[in-house]
Amino acid sequence: MRQSNTYIVIFTLITTVFVGGTLAVTSILLGPQQAKSIEYDTKSQILSAVMQLSDKDDVLGIYERRIQSLVVNYKGEEVTTDSKGQPLVAEKVDVSKNYKLSREERLLPVFKYMSESDPNKVEAYILPLYGNGLWDRIWGFMALGEQLETVKGVSFGHKAETPGLGARISDDPVIAERYQGKKIYDDKGKLVSVSMVKGEKGEPLDEHHVDGMSGATMTGNGVNRMLMEYLTCYESYFKKVKSQRMAGL
Amino acid sequence: MSTEVAEEKVVKKSEALLSKRRKKLVADPLNEDNPITIQVLGICSALAVTVKMEPTIIMALGVTFTIVFSNLLISLIRNFIPNRIRIIVQLAVVALFVTLVSEFLKAYNYPMYKVLGAFVGLIITNCIVMGRLEAFAMGNKPYDSILDGFGSGLGYAWIILAVSFFREFLGSGSILNFKVFQALGIPYVNNGLMVDSIGAFMILAIIIWVQRTKTGYVEQ
Repeated sequence: MRQSNTYIVIFTLITTVFVGGTLAVTSILLGPQQAKSIEYDTKSQILSAVMQLSDKDDVLGIYERRIQSLVVNYKGEEVTTDSKGQPLVAEKVDVSKNYKLSREERLLPVFKYMSESDPNKVEAYILPLYGNGLWDRIWGFMALGEQLETVKGVSFGHKAETPGLGARISDDPVIAERYQGKKIYDDKGKLVSVSMVKGEKGEPLDEHHVDGMSGATMTGNGVNRMLMEYLTCYESYFKKVKSQRMAGL
Repeated sequence: MSTEVAEEKVVKKSEALLSKRRKKLVADPLNEDNPITIQVLGICSALAVTVKMEPTIIMALGVTFTIVFSNLLISLIRNFIPNRIRIIVQLAVVALFVTLVSEFLKAYNYPMYKVLGAFVGLIITNCIVMGRLEAFAMGNKPYDSILDGFGSGLGYAWIILAVSFFREFLGSGSILNFKVFQALGIPYVNNGLMVDSIGAFMILAIIIWVQRTKTGYVEQ
């Protein structure tokens, strides 16, 4: 009886329905909490480009008060609806999906970090970054000062860089600190980005270079490519903001 | 199937909740029949998640939870499982509990979910879990199966925790993210070998060496 085909089919059906049902119910019940966790994680990553967050900080509150977000395209124009005509939310734009598109097609979120005292004054522009490290993808956020020339801070993340070597881009706070105060334009106004050099000498470098990570040159190259790529994407937007400011808008 | 019948006759005599035999079910996998060091199962995750102690603790809890509950469920339905599809049923049960662990982690500890990522899902392929289902839960009563699963889970847990302790201590100079050497003011250069999986192999080998010297276990 227990070995008959009918019994096996019925047993399989019951098992499938039970396992599938349990998982479906769990997924639905935990869905809202998962969405909240992901939102918290995204927002704390964005904020960590401009401030040191601790566990006690009310991340969602600070985000609500200080961040205004928008989405732009490669030409620097603001985009408000997606291809289906739905309103766009900058926090929901999937940077990794857009990375696969050509530069012209990408949706580029901008998170404006507003001044505490004057809610209309931008203190920093936070931009998402995405690219490939040595083993797998890397990502991050870069905060530029209100003049859009000086780096205010960066935060990096990675999926599988070598622990203790390339993984330092997110584990070692010193790496992010090195970027602070560096300039992304040269004297002639050409976009040069900030690059990590090969080797770690601890010597002071000019304003377009930061010290490298010993043993992680390939990860460093990935970071350099990622910064250049995204700063290029946002260049038209930077120009637009500057010309609007000049015009006194 | 004949062994199953014979065993049930033995259990029919009333037995203490924690009789000597049952204590052995929990204690054996901790040392003499350890899933990692003696049976040499679950090595993959013992290398992959033991760079730091914090993810290791989560992994140990996840695996223990999975073994205990899969053992329980399989043991409860062991007399209804058709022999020809038993492996796939075991797999479905393991996958159920592993996915539950993964979903809960995603909801309540998202940073850890990101660190452990694929490794939680890979508990499904951890031979320790399937091994216990096939070798024990298929032929034993639920309560014994829980004890057996708990023992194997703890046996796995203490080994990976020991490995991760030495790897984090020597490789990152910290214990549970607390920078020990910095706090003590001792200059210490992190040992890069320890953050690599080679370091895990070495520590695991030393643990096996010490253990086999003490128990006198020799592979036949």
